[in-house]
Amino acid sequence: MPDRTLLPRNVPVQLIDAAGTEHPDEVYPTASPAVLTEGYRSLVISRRVNDQCYSLVRQGRLAVYPSSQGQEACQVAAVSVLDDGDWLFPTYRDSVAVMLRGVAPADAMTLLKGDWHCGYNPHEFRVAPQSTPLATQLLHAVGFAHAAVLKGEPTVVVALCGEGATSEGDFHEAMNFAAVFHLPVVFFVQNNRFAISVPLSRQSAAESLAHKAVGYGMPGEQVDGNDLAALLAVLGSAVDRARAGGGPSLVEAHTYRMQAHTNADDDTRYRDSAEVQEWVARDPLVRLRSYLRGKDALDDTTEAAFAAEADEVAATLRTALNADIAPDAAELFRHVYATSTPQLEEQWASLQGELERSAEGTTP
Amino acid sequence: MTMLREDQPQVGAGVETLSMAAALNRALADELAADDRVVVFGEDIGALGGVFRITDGLTARFGEKRCFDTPIAEAGIVGSAVGMAMNGLRPVVEMQFDAFAYPAFEQVVSHVAKMGNRTRGAVRLPIVIRIPYAGGIGGVEHHCDSSEAYYVHTPGLTVVAPSNPQDAYSLLREAIRFPDPVIFLEPKKLYWAKGSVDVSSTATIGSAQVVREGTDATLIAYGTSVPIALEAADAAAAEGRSLQVVDLRTLSPFDDATVDAAVRSTGRAVVIAEAPGFASMASEVAARISERCFSWLEAPVRRVTGFDIPYAPPKLEHFYLPDVDRVLDAVDSLYWED
Ligand SMILES: Cc1ncc(C[n+]2csc(CCOP(=O)(O)OP(=O)(O)O)c2C)c(N)n1
Repeated sequence: MPDRTLLPRNVPVQLIDAAGTEHPDEVYPTASPAVLTEGYRSLVISRRVNDQCYSLVRQGRLAVYPSSQGQEACQVAAVSVLDDGDWLFPTYRDSVAVMLRGVAPADAMTLLKGDWHCGYNPHEFRVAPQSTPLATQLLHAVGFAHAAVLKGEPTVVVALCGEGATSEGDFHEAMNFAAVFHLPVVFFVQNNRFAISVPLSRQSAAESLAHKAVGYGMPGEQVDGNDLAALLAVLGSAVDRARAGGGPSLVEAHTYRMQAHTNADDDTRYRDSAEVQEWVARDPLVRLRSYLRGKDALDDTTEAAFAAEADEVAATLRTALNADIAPDAAELFRHVYATSTPQLEEQWASLQGELERSAEGTTP
Repeated sequence: MTMLREDQPQVGAGVETLSMAAALNRALADELAADDRVVVFGEDIGALGGVFRITDGLTARFGEKRCFDTPIAEAGIVGSAVGMAMNGLRPVVEMQFDAFAYPAFEQVVSHVAKMGNRTRGAVRLPIVIRIPYAGGIGGVEHHCDSSEAYYVHTPGLTVVAPSNPQDAYSLLREAIRFPDPVIFLEPKKLYWAKGSVDVSSTATIGSAQVVREGTDATLIAYGTSVPIALEAADAAAAEGRSLQVVDLRTLSPFDDATVDAAVRSTGRAVVIAEAPGFASMASEVAARISERCFSWLEAPVRRVTGFDIPYAPPKLEHFYLPDVDRVLDAVDSLYWED
């Protein structure tokens, strides 16, 4: 007999609807207004960072920006459910989550600015490098969790990917490993409906992506990805389950990519602006704000404080990204191996010679 | 700059000025129109027309059955191309970027490259795998790899890398008609460079071309390094040194005859490529010249390549990429005294 309890609900879990009305759930509790107000603060900062980066990429201060605008509730929830010792395995679209984990805003943007590939020490923040090759990081997450189990550590790993990435073989291998070895991993799919131009229907014919979990022998759940309360409840319970030795699970968040894939993309070629407009009405910030206002948990003073804090983060980011730091060519050779090689030393010396000659203006 | 090209089109009927991107698009359209066994598929190649717009308009013109988006799964794309080719179609697939072709590596190496040999020729695979390759576009990591060495090292693969719109057009058409699998490397930084294209002109896979005559030394280049070689030859000419330039066009199988003749005529050779130099295409070219042209050489063959490091991030890219100065330095080192 298949275990029916592994199946996700047919309708995504929602605790606060788009109008800000609460729908209490018998399985998933709504967090306290205090917790949600703190969550709202993170949402405000996250939105501000997305807006700021959108400007910075247009000014040429970032090489590229894959925005998480509209997906901020997912970014905030993925980080909120982690304990300090837990690990996050993010993608290129999750810079905001990386920042919320404590990485300085400018260091979270190093990859997208183009100074280096990863601007933070993963061990310091318990955040793996943002991964661009789709779904590959899910296997790293699985191995990390496996090591934690072998070492007897209570670490839980949250692994992020988009719905497009679920088509890659690595996604399936990761799910299977996690289930077979009963590992403390939560696979968190942000289904934002588009993989660059390709719609969800071209990635999967399944009833939902969360339904895929049952085939591997782990539970799946679907959740409204623009409802922070629901995300905290569903992801929180998946993390609790993993920590208690209950094994992996898959959470699919239904959300929407409000902007083009990156600044380099032209989304008018493949989607209607009417569709985008529909999702404006489901904005994660608007609904939580109206819920908290209704609960008298959010007043003008608090809101102004959040806005000021968000402005400060944006200003920090601007200052850091507007600074022209001379790139250090030595870095190119310094980290390739733990111990450099004679060949790399020779190549670095030859580049140094070139740089010295051009500084002296003696280049042919 | 003088370009000596036997197939240089004359302006007239069938000759247009096109970017390489437009030339590739045209080649795909012309083959789709000419042969209904041709199917084009990959990621974002339908409505979007590909992230580089190489397949722009093809789905609208030829329909979803001939040109379609797939799920994001490179092993799936190449693996299913094998099955399609076994069943009589001629798949042309796109890998979105060089480094995103790696999930398909097993299919490429274990099946695409070997099927003809395994089946004693009973199953040939007329597949084209198009891969935008190399850097120079300020891309973040995994968007600028020069991955040609992996492919040229694999027996059974034919590997092509055009450097101009005409060759891009002619070689892609030829590749689609080719009986065996072709890895078609498209230098993305040259996608928008324009040139004249004669759609009636044909190219031969497996033939290199002398694109500039010269008598003092031979520069051997392909894909992204050809414009650098030509620019270096211009600069050298201003200093009174006459450099010949060979565009390999096909990396494997290798056109020894053209390269041997060119190098023997000058006695000096510099190979230019963007990929890391160790165990690279450039190494193979240098080794072949050393073995086959030793008695004609006045100096050891030099390589100007990328450093042996992962591709640099955008802000450091300019340190990494071979440029004209590096080429001229290498030329200067070719034992000119006496
Ligand atoms: C292995 C691999 N193939 C292709 C790509 C190119 N690519 C980058 S993002 C993307 C779409 C991914 O969509 P999804 O997983 O839904 O995430 P989203 O970008 O929507 O957050 C593609 C195809 C890649 N990065 N890695």
